[in-house]
Amino acid sequence: MDFDLSQEQVAIRDTVRELVQDRVAPRAAEIDEKAEYPKDIERLFADNGILGIPFPEEYGGISGSSVTICMGIEEIAKACATSSLILAVQALGSYPILVAGSEEQKKRLCPPLASGEEVAAYALSETGSGSDAAAMKTKAKRYGNEYVINGTKQFITGGSIAGTLVVFAQTDPQANHKGISAFVLERETSPWQAPKLEHKLGIRGSPTAQLVFDDVKVPAANRLGEEGAGFKIALAVLDRSRPGIGAQALGIAEGAFDYALAYARDRQQFGQPISSFQGIQFMFADMATQIEAARHLVYLAATKVDAKAPDLTKVASMAKLFASDMAMKVTTDCVQILGGYGYISDYPVERMMRDAKITQIYEGTNQIQRVVIARSLLK
Amino acid sequence: MDFDLPPQHASFRDAVRELAQGVALPLAAEVDRDHRFPEKAVKAAAEAGLMGVLIPREYGGAGLDALAFMLCIDELAQACASTSVIVDVHTSVGSEPILLFGTEEQKRRWLPRLASGELLGAFALTEPGAGSDAASLQTSARRHGDGYVLNGTKVFITNIGRAGLYVVFARTGPEERAAGVSAFLVPAETPGVRAGQIFKKMGLNGSPTGELVLEDVVVPAANRLGAEGQGFTVAMRALDSGRIGISGQALGIGQAAVDEATALLKERGRGQRGSPHPASRPLGSPRLGAGGSLPTWWGGQGDDFTLADMATRLESARLLAYNAAWLCAAGRPFTRQASMAKLHCTDTAMQVALDAIQLAGEEGTISGTPFERHVRDAKALQIYEGSNQVQRIVIAREMIQ
Repeated sequence: MDFDLSQEQVAIRDTVRELVQDRVAPRAAEIDEKAEYPKDIERLFADNGILGIPFPEEYGGISGSSVTICMGIEEIAKACATSSLILAVQALGSYPILVAGSEEQKKRLCPPLASGEEVAAYALSETGSGSDAAAMKTKAKRYGNEYVINGTKQFITGGSIAGTLVVFAQTDPQANHKGISAFVLERETSPWQAPKLEHKLGIRGSPTAQLVFDDVKVPAANRLGEEGAGFKIALAVLDRSRPGIGAQALGIAEGAFDYALAYARDRQQFGQPISSFQGIQFMFADMATQIEAARHLVYLAATKVDAKAPDLTKVASMAKLFASDMAMKVTTDCVQILGGYGYISDYPVERMMRDAKITQIYEGTNQIQRVVIARSLLK
Repeated sequence: MDFDLPPQHASFRDAVRELAQGVALPLAAEVDRDHRFPEKAVKAAAEAGLMGVLIPREYGGAGLDALAFMLCIDELAQACASTSVIVDVHTSVGSEPILLFGTEEQKRRWLPRLASGELLGAFALTEPGAGSDAASLQTSARRHGDGYVLNGTKVFITNIGRAGLYVVFARTGPEERAAGVSAFLVPAETPGVRAGQIFKKMGLNGSPTGELVLEDVVVPAANRLGAEGQGFTVAMRALDSGRIGISGQALGIGQAAVDEATALLKERGRGQRGSPHPASRPLGSPRLGAGGSLPTWWGGQGDDFTLADMATRLESARLLAYNAAWLCAAGRPFTRQASMAKLHCTDTAMQVALDAIQLAGEEGTISGTPFERHVRDAKALQIYEGSNQVQRIVIAREMIQ
């Protein structure tokens, strides 16, 4: 048993933390207000190797460990949830290649992502196929050495700005989920359209796009795994990325908690700091306990991803479920502690509360996580 | 014992509902998006007499009671929370103190104009350094000839910039804390009165909130409400019944969230969204989603249980609020019950709004959908007119003392 991070991980964490506090934290309010993708932060992460965290060294990256990815996401999310998605989605969009790609595909497709030259995205959801991914309508038809993709994807994080996009499509519509295949689209050769970006409650700087594929051609060499293996790949990827959403929720909660704690020590009412009141102290005690419990679940799940443990699916879902529910509760309570100031956008906690909500929804709603956990228990 | 609404209350509620659904609801998304004062809805409310619900007929009001007031705010909030808070603050803490503490002359002078909606009311107690600890307020009212000169800055003032009359609390004497506070009626056009920063908020975007700046504002003694040093009593009594209004607002947001979640699950039941509801599946057919891969959880028991919990919580909140309003209307003590209602109704509204957006999933987070608006609107209710921490202090104090 060892709850410590390795020296190398501590070094990466400290680098990320410093960079985030210096360069990302001061931008967070503006990114939210303008609802604009922070290209400058993407470049900052690329230049400092942060976008290389999801990749092992042999593919041009610096880690590839889920623990390290989670650590990075957590640090960034403490200051800016939108910016944490740049790393989280880089990991999500690359996992299919790392999990299911051939050696040739990994060598070819990963280095531009690991260097941050390109960013990745992951296109699974559709209008009629959210939690029920197998009901998807997007089709890929094979003509010789290439496939032609037609369809529309919905709620694709970073889908409008990605250079590399993993798309799931039916190659055999009669076979339901067993007819789904996974493809890597490179924007230059297989361009797709992003006609619509959503305006959202939170993570407002992270573009959530509707993607349209109108006779998009993709070489057969960019199919990941066999035809029909797509659904398995999609689920395997989500198993691996869910601890990252847990880490994001954890970071958002910690950011709000730290701000509210400092505020409570400073804010005077009834002639004393509000932190001296037991009602407020108990709120902080409960929040800190919840955060601590969530942190351990998130990092347990991350170690299971790295060890390819047999109970990875269950624990990853537990981490995502618990950490995101915790983040919603903690951020709502942090707004409460700041009172009226918590409700206005001059202070960061209302943004953090809005950002927390999506962690209960995306990469499998928390209802889906419960289904997954219950199924693993009853198997 | 009789839990039914009296017939005149029920028909009043139905009339407000028609107005709220007809006028306020269609504007709600736009008002929120553009941070725009819901002019049309407030005007319609005024024309229907809703700005004077609590004001007796002899002063131009409707002469109704606290229960009717709560029903009114509930109905408005079901349609548009911004509209409801504007009317609520005007009616309760913005006008009622005159009714409760005003001289006959003050009542005759101000109530008819407030009741008709010609003047919008507002309540200015909170200061940057005096939130939950309202008795520490610093705004000063210095005696000057036959009047007072007010100086100070109030913060988080609902209806800022729109109000024609502010009920302002200021320090008139050297007495410590609450004992030195007096209440004043300050018309917005008085020289030295101005709106300071208008806050950008998480929700309730149609309702302006901001600073009220008072610089050498000369107020005649005839505008002092109650005796010198009675101001804090005025404020606390105003907030007691104000909490009944906020409870109504919470019920409205909560009810809208429950109704929208119910409609969503019904639609899924008809197969119009996502997987079929189990009730629409023939008995004994396999529990599989449309793709054949997942159990039909969507619209299944998990969601049904969430909806059941939402409705149960809301019903319990509704009864607490009705009880507080009923006690108030009967002239009986209601401070503890009003605080309990405010605490439980607003916590319920927050929880129910979060549950509803969770049921809606990602599409519920898109701007312009009622789901995400309810979440942003509901949060304010746990904070204003006494944060829920203050409600707990009031409840415990009422029980222990």
